Amino acid sequence: MEIIKTDVAVLGAGGAGLRAAIALAETRPSLKIALVSKVYPMRSHTCAAEGGAAGVIKSDDSLDHHFHDTVGGGDWLSDQDAVDYFIREAPKELLQLEHWGCPWSREANGSVAVRPFGGMKKQRTWFAADKSGFHILHTLFQTSLKFPSIQRFDEYYVTDLIVEDDHCRGFTAIEMRSGQMKFIRADAVIIAGGGAGRMFPFTTNGAIKTGDGMALAYRAGVALKDMEFVQYHPTGLPNTGTLLTEACRGEGGILVNKNGRRFLQDYGMGPETPVGQPVLKTMELGPRDRVSQAFWHEQKKGNMVPTRWGDCMMLDLRHLGEKKINERLPLVRDMATSYLGVDPVTDPVPVRPVVHYMMGGIDTDIKAATSLKGLYAAGECACVSINGANRLGSNSLTELLVFGRRAALSALEHLDRGAGAANEAAVTAGANAAQARLRELFNRTGGTETIAGVRKEMMATMEEHAGIYRSGEGLQKACATLSALRKRYARIELHDKTNVYNTDLLQALELGAMLDCAEAVTVSALERRESRGAHQRLDFIARDDQKYLRHSLARYRGDHPPEIGYSDVVITRSPPGVRDYSGDKSAGEQK
Amino acid sequence: MSERIVELEVLRFNPETDSEPRFQRYSVPCMNEWVVLDALNHVKESIDPTLSYRWSCHMAVCGSCGMMINGEPKLACKAFLREYEGVIRVEPLAHFPIQRDLVTVIDDFVTKLKRVKPYLIPKEDQPVEAGEFWQSPAELKRYKQYTLCINCMLCYAACPEYGLVPKFIGPAAITLAHRYNEDSRDSGREERQQEIASNEGVWECSFVGACSEVCPEHVDPAGALQQVKIKSTVDWYQEHLLPGSKK
Amino acid sequence: MSAHGKPYVREVSRYGWFFRSPRYLRYMAREVTCVFIGLHALILIMALMRLSQGREAWEVFLANLTRPAGVALQLLILVFAVYHSTSWFNVTPKAMPVQIGENFLPGAVIVAAHYAGWLVASVAVLFLAGVF
Repeated sequence: MEIIKTDVAVLGAGGAGLRAAIALAETRPSLKIALVSKVYPMRSHTCAAEGGAAGVIKSDDSLDHHFHDTVGGGDWLSDQDAVDYFIREAPKELLQLEHWGCPWSREANGSVAVRPFGGMKKQRTWFAADKSGFHILHTLFQTSLKFPSIQRFDEYYVTDLIVEDDHCRGFTAIEMRSGQMKFIRADAVIIAGGGAGRMFPFTTNGAIKTGDGMALAYRAGVALKDMEFVQYHPTGLPNTGTLLTEACRGEGGILVNKNGRRFLQDYGMGPETPVGQPVLKTMELGPRDRVSQAFWHEQKKGNMVPTRWGDCMMLDLRHLGEKKINERLPLVRDMATSYLGVDPVTDPVPVRPVVHYMMGGIDTDIKAATSLKGLYAAGECACVSINGANRLGSNSLTELLVFGRRAALSALEHLDRGAGAANEAAVTAGANAAQARLRELFNRTGGTETIAGVRKEMMATMEEHAGIYRSGEGLQKACATLSALRKRYARIELHDKTNVYNTDLLQALELGAMLDCAEAVTVSALERRESRGAHQRLDFIARDDQKYLRHSLARYRGDHPPEIGYSDVVITRSPPGVRDYSGDKSAGEQK
Repeated sequence: MSERIVELEVLRFNPETDSEPRFQRYSVPCMNEWVVLDALNHVKESIDPTLSYRWSCHMAVCGSCGMMINGEPKLACKAFLREYEGVIRVEPLAHFPIQRDLVTVIDDFVTKLKRVKPYLIPKEDQPVEAGEFWQSPAELKRYKQYTLCINCMLCYAACPEYGLVPKFIGPAAITLAHRYNEDSRDSGREERQQEIASNEGVWECSFVGACSEVCPEHVDPAGALQQVKIKSTVDWYQEHLLPGSKK
Repeated sequence: MSAHGKPYVREVSRYGWFFRSPRYLRYMAREVTCVFIGLHALILIMALMRLSQGREAWEVFLANLTRPAGVALQLLILVFAVYHSTSWFNVTPKAMPVQIGENFLPGAVIVAAHYAGWLVASVAVLFLAGVF
């Protein structure tokens, strides 16, 4: 096995991975950086983010507002010291992107424009039309080409972290084009592998979002934190799950049921605001968890519009007019028109909630460090946590940048302190063992299970039992099913036993990662006997701060289900309060 | 549940077992609203797990799934089955070596992209504390269209020039250089000219215009390349006829 | 695992590639028709040469031009020259976008301006030729 020696290895070349690599190269030009990704950087799923990135820049806004919006939006499960760090760094990072050429939309006077987003008291979402993530990703990717010290390993699938004496010493990866295994040996590793939305059948997430980074850290002994919090985005196209950005509502779009009623007013987000004049933090600009939950209740009441893809609510943008839609929401128009045959300029678009984002992930501290020495994580795969029980729209793009950079700085500090001499024989033995495990999967014969079969059952289980509303009974079933599926996974056999670009093998490995993540989600969800943010239990409908104002930590136990532990939430200046998204601002809004 | 059986004829090639590509037929039960990518996914999941191709976002923004569909470069996620009749022939993007099945080797594009310096080169570096560079909506609009390139490389597959002269830097890379040249915050044009105004750059382009016709994001690379030609010509005249007036 | 096999390179034929797609054919039509512009230029040069050789040579030249074959040739040239020129007019908005304020002038306006220029030039030539 070829050994590639480098100083820092970054796993994942989306927003967080690229930001980390650039920070490393800028801060320490002499450093050798390996940027390893299973896809070419510009294919990373950051490109699909539409609405924008939050950062305080306008004079009527304040860091305090951003802090309280984020903490309240997260139902007080966010670590407030981390949120403070995040909001302070946010504007700097967005400005840095501007300096690197990001084509942010502009005000008439030439300053950067901001737009309203759900759950926000002020307008603070920087945007580049409705392709903000795309522009952020390409700006970062193109900027990264400036730095000769960033050596890219495109289309390498990482199979195992190599841990020796509680230190992460690199990872093994398959080069897709040759099928060869390589050992990327580094004393500091940053995981930026993205989310795991693909464990669900109906998701905005691209095919590549299979929780690989999460699973790697999990299996190496790092806990997965708050995995039960899975965000549904309220407005996905009902057939493909394609995202129609929250900016649709930020720009003034409304949601109505089959009777034409703006039903959010019946779920604590009223009173009704005038059509086309969105009021911040109320009605259609409520947070994603609340809007998706309101959909669920309306559906139960039979108030939704039946379509061949299931019940839908209607997203009405017609009053915005063609000019504004073309200027601010061109992608939305294109997607709705081409994939659904509905032009938002002339007709309301049927939409339904769709799995969008994992609040949970690899347990890191405020410096993006994990419990394993030399291992850092950032982006959707990580859980710092600033997002708590429900992420506010447009905080995630900023999070990539802030904590991507933070992970890079922490990795540098780690190297500067001295990573300690490794027992190279043990390290190599670890890499060889990883290769042997892969060989076993590759050469396995007499398997009785198929990838597609196991994957289908996993998705069905997640959809049925780990959706917007959950119950103890359902979650118990899901845990049992996933446990059984993990055993069956050990009996799958590859159809394709060739080396070059073997996507059968790739999908098998991705499925393994998703199964591990899915089990962490359902077991964490079963153990959290309360309703908070995106985790809603029909059998425990209230938030229970006494018992559960804590992060859940799922620890890997091999073939057994994970062990669930808890850690404290850092509360500095905002004690848990009531999440108020009614228009009535006298009702004791959280300061 | 299916509404239509679609016949796909897919190019297969595995360098370990095949000396040259062959075509394989699949009968795929499809829904009318499906795209070719959905049909391929059905093949992969239910008929033949050995088929290899790239895809991710299914919303025409990641640029992974460029393929030749009935001889035309297309994103498989935006090639609607309703627009095709009869057998649909699916091949890897033209002009790129075939790594396996529908997966091509794109090293050439990636190298060329890096060569044209597609990043902002400001006159002088400003600290972040200095705040944003001001840019009017008009200045933004001047280059905005060229930022929309998703690097799907359909333009390279459509460009006969690139097929005949592989050293041609090609539509997408030159367009991205032009994107930065036109950005009011940038001062790096001269550095980029060395690459894009060379023989391997715009002068290899004979303005067939196919790149712009196939571009799924309406970036209009052909337009960008002609503009680079005009500006380079103006440069030349300034240099040779008006010495001393040099930029 | 064994070493990987080599990628397969599809050879592009140097000849006849333009039959692969109608858009390549359109391009070739635009390019090939420049031959007729060249032909017309040749006729003009010949006219000058004949003129310099004296009245008789010039009249023989004119007679040749007005013979059916000469007229046919010029008509052919005219048709292809018009095709060549208009195919270029139609692509000018790509090469020369005009931004006024925030918005770009619609391509049709730029194309129309070319046609208008053509019309003005033609009228001027006809005027000089004494047609009016």
